[in-house]
Amino acid sequence: MPPNLHEILGLLPQATLETIYMTFASTFLACLLGLPLGIYLFVTSPAGLRPQSAVYNILSRLVNLFRSFPFIILMILLMPLSRLLIHTSIGPAAVVIPLSIGAAPFVARVVEAALEEVDKGCLLAAQAIGSTDWQIVRKVLLPEALPALVSGLALTIITIIGYTAMAGAIGGGGLGDLAIRFGYYRFRQDITLAAVVVILTLVELVQLGGTLLSRGLLNKR
Amino acid sequence: MLRLEKISKKYANLQAVDKISLDVPPGSIFGIIGRSGAGKSTLLRLMNLLEKPDSGAMYLGERRVDTLSGRELLLERRKMGMIFQNFNLFSSRNVADNVSYPLEIAGLPRRQIDLRVGELLELTQISDKRRARLRELSGGQKQRVAIARALAAEPQILFCDEATSALDPQTTRSILSLIKNLQKFLQITVVVVTHQMEVIRAICEQVAVLEAGHLAESGAAKTVFAKPKSSAAKELLHAA
Ligand SMILES: Nc1ncnc2c1ncn2[C@@H]1O[C@H](COP(=O)(O)OP(=O)(O)OP(=O)(O)O)[C@@H](O)[C@H]1O
Ligand SMILES: [Mg+2]
Repeated sequence: MPPNLHEILGLLPQATLETIYMTFASTFLACLLGLPLGIYLFVTSPAGLRPQSAVYNILSRLVNLFRSFPFIILMILLMPLSRLLIHTSIGPAAVVIPLSIGAAPFVARVVEAALEEVDKGCLLAAQAIGSTDWQIVRKVLLPEALPALVSGLALTIITIIGYTAMAGAIGGGGLGDLAIRFGYYRFRQDITLAAVVVILTLVELVQLGGTLLSRGLLNKR
Repeated sequence: MLRLEKISKKYANLQAVDKISLDVPPGSIFGIIGRSGAGKSTLLRLMNLLEKPDSGAMYLGERRVDTLSGRELLLERRKMGMIFQNFNLFSSRNVADNVSYPLEIAGLPRRQIDLRVGELLELTQISDKRRARLRELSGGQKQRVAIARALAAEPQILFCDEATSALDPQTTRSILSLIKNLQKFLQITVVVVTHQMEVIRAICEQVAVLEAGHLAESGAAKTVFAKPKSSAAKELLHAA
């Protein structure tokens, strides 16, 4: 085996695992924050179950503000939070916290968009039947939106994979870190290339999985 | 059964419902007819307690219902069933699970729900589709499922908003006769909103004619057909 390949194969698995760990931990936490926020946005939106324009406008602007913030700067700003919560600001675990908070507004918008697609007639029927708002959310809105939510989840994971690569720049570890440390600082383009190939493969797999699952759910109806 | 006293509802600067007073007698089929945009659906949403009137009062039996809120409002809505032009069934659920929804909401135990769903599908003559997915059904079959769902919680009153407008003439007739039979069998009150004279002619005892948000005329369907007084009623008769 050529020495280069040997070296790359030694570095990649660890970095890949770190990326996967960061992606899934951040996705999980981002959904934990973003799903309720997205549901709340939809419920209070003008066409929602309980329109509240003041609340909606404030939340909506906040979400937009967070989303238009350059992600790398948001990460740097949020790093002290990691120090506070897990007593370190470097390594994969440390970036999970800024990643999740940074991605939560994205998740909220994805969820809101998925819920908006639910047929308004269904909601009217559920209201006429005398459902509480919570019953409508749990028994109608979320099940009806499930295929769209699954597509949205895939989109979220892909976005977060991109974010983890950026997190490499501030010492997050993973494939982005590998590409920057070796590829950028040591001119090892072969390593950058290998990292990029793995990242694209991960993205492709998530995309494929999301599409298949979402389509499967639609076909069951 | 259901009494409206000078009910009004305004959207922005549009008076969608204008001081409408109606008395829907118990155990009958009451028709509301008017052209598109006359305010029929709005009136139905007000009757169904999905919207609050700006002014006026509404009584279900002896009870004033337009002022209810919170839990009481939900419980009152559960005594009313509603079906729609586009069926508005839940596509994430199969036939049986659509019909069971109101029973789940009301917190019935599973065993009882299953029994009741069987009865309801029997009643609306769609038992053979119990396990079917919605996309396997025709429009008429979907409306039968929607009727079963609307009747699940044993409402005293059934509202139909253009329930047959998306159906072909033959299917329309079969759904109308189903509604009529169910009304007699279950001794419920039915309020039918439509823009089609044939629907009123086929099943309604009384009719109210709406025009631009106000009541143009009302009375026994036969009388209104024989001697329409308002220009709105004459126009609708002419078009039919
Ligand atoms: N939520 C709403 N916000 C603003 N305007 C509304 C709303 N709902 C209804 N309207 C308006 O009120 C008027 C009456 O509407 P409504 O839906 O009650 O008419 P309709 O008689 O049911 O008509 P159609 O036969 O087309 O269903 C229309 O001009 C409509 O644009
Ligand atoms: Mg209408």
